[in-house]
Amino acid sequence: MSDIPAPVPRRLAFPPNWPMRIGLLVLLLYVVYASTILDITWTRFVAGVSHGGRFLARMFPPDFSPDKLVLLEAGMIESLQIAVLATIFGVALSLPLGLAAARNLSPAPLAWTARTLIALCRSLHPVIVAILFVKAVGFGALAGVLALIVASMGFLSKLIGEAVEEMSMKQMEAVRATGAPFLSVVVMGVMPQVMPRFIGFSAYQLDSNLRNSALVGLVGGGGIGATLFTAFQRFDYDFVLTIVLAIIAIVMVGEIVSGWMRRLFQ
Amino acid sequence: MTGATAFLAGPAGDKLRRWHRFTLAERIGRSGFYLLALMALVWSLQTIEIIPEFLYDAPKQTADLFVRMWPIDWPWYPKVVHEALIETLHTATLGTIVAVLLASLTALLAARNITHSVTLNLIGRFILVATRSVHAMVWALFFVAVFGPGALAGTLAIAVHSIGFTGKLLSEAIEEARPGPIEALTAAGASPLAILLKGYWPQVKPAFLGIAVFRWDINVRESAVLGLVGGGGLGMALDTALSNLYWDQVGLVLCVIFAVVIVTEIAVTWARGKII
Repeated sequence: MSDIPAPVPRRLAFPPNWPMRIGLLVLLLYVVYASTILDITWTRFVAGVSHGGRFLARMFPPDFSPDKLVLLEAGMIESLQIAVLATIFGVALSLPLGLAAARNLSPAPLAWTARTLIALCRSLHPVIVAILFVKAVGFGALAGVLALIVASMGFLSKLIGEAVEEMSMKQMEAVRATGAPFLSVVVMGVMPQVMPRFIGFSAYQLDSNLRNSALVGLVGGGGIGATLFTAFQRFDYDFVLTIVLAIIAIVMVGEIVSGWMRRLFQ
Repeated sequence: MTGATAFLAGPAGDKLRRWHRFTLAERIGRSGFYLLALMALVWSLQTIEIIPEFLYDAPKQTADLFVRMWPIDWPWYPKVVHEALIETLHTATLGTIVAVLLASLTALLAARNITHSVTLNLIGRFILVATRSVHAMVWALFFVAVFGPGALAGTLAIAVHSIGFTGKLLSEAIEEARPGPIEALTAAGASPLAILLKGYWPQVKPAFLGIAVFRWDINVRESAVLGLVGGGGLGMALDTALSNLYWDQVGLVLCVIFAVVIVTEIAVTWARGKII
């Protein structure tokens, strides 16, 4: 008699994933714990939601009266100028800084100095930089431009430095072998390799500066942010909605323009 | 990079080939772009409003700023700033968790291979763009007006603003998922939920965790300044110090923010190394 094989327990198609379940439980416990720490309660939330209904009712319809549109236009134009200036100067300054930060191009002490400077620019939020510049150069658009230049430098130089470190050294060596001076090596050997990516980053930075130019105004940096903050403080909630819609529209246009710019240079 | 050759008529009718790196259209487009950028620069420089009197004493004001900041008011840390720091970290973390939850739902709505309805896709995409274009601080202004000042407003601002970024990357990751495992599950008669959990989730998981951790890093920075408009945390301490013109306390808060940003960046780099 051949033995009948013992029945093998059927393997579940989808066995329970215990680490995942425990992880989710821990996450849930954390959410409860953090909510108590932050004093977030359901009653407060519900009270806020009913309050929010009244708030929304006051926002609709958005205020398009001519005197408000004049304010909107002035703020928007200033924001655009802030974004354009910050992007152009940020790009111009971050190119040398990015090249200095590339370890395959510049001597070690210079590279580390540049990297520290970039880390400093990156770690401070544009709003904080704007506060410091408002103190240094006074209220207005200039403080906003300077703050966004610092933010652009932090972002662009880091990516440019990385792009230069990843490029092929052969072309650079070929140019250097002809006895070309350093500037020619950079212009003919390095720039053609990193230019398309650099343009892509700059296009993104233009986007980002447009968004952030609405932000620096909240702390005195000029532009549409200042208009928005004033409207909030005066409880002109219908005008607030107009401004927010205008910001969304201009950010979308900015995304289209930067996409078009990227395609042009790819 | 597209190479292009242009034919120039040579002297004796023979054609001389001259090589150009870019086509004529590309060159015109690029020159036009540079011209446009130059015009924008000139227009902005000419019309932007700068008050010269403020500019003349800028060096003096800057020096004054640093003199007032030094020495930094360290004893203030245990009194106020420590609690604010904890609040900021919790705001960022809780905001990220809520954002990831909401963004997952929106990403499912926006992903064309999950939701087979163009209208719903467009609605999902609109939510992603709209939440992203309004900055976290502007959201915070809204939520402060609705819920009153405090960490609740800050957490919601972080959560809502992060939906756009997180959801966009997530929906792209979902759309890139290979259809093979999903077809196999569908053929086996799996329920839609099982297809999501066993077909899509394992493929999207690394991207999902990476995006969540990356967003948390951004949110720590953001939540540190939300208090300036009433969102609680370190920004609130900064706002108090600024309004009282206690620059030595401002210096302390700035140092704390700087330290937190560095530490989270190191933590995130470590965590991403573990995930990927």
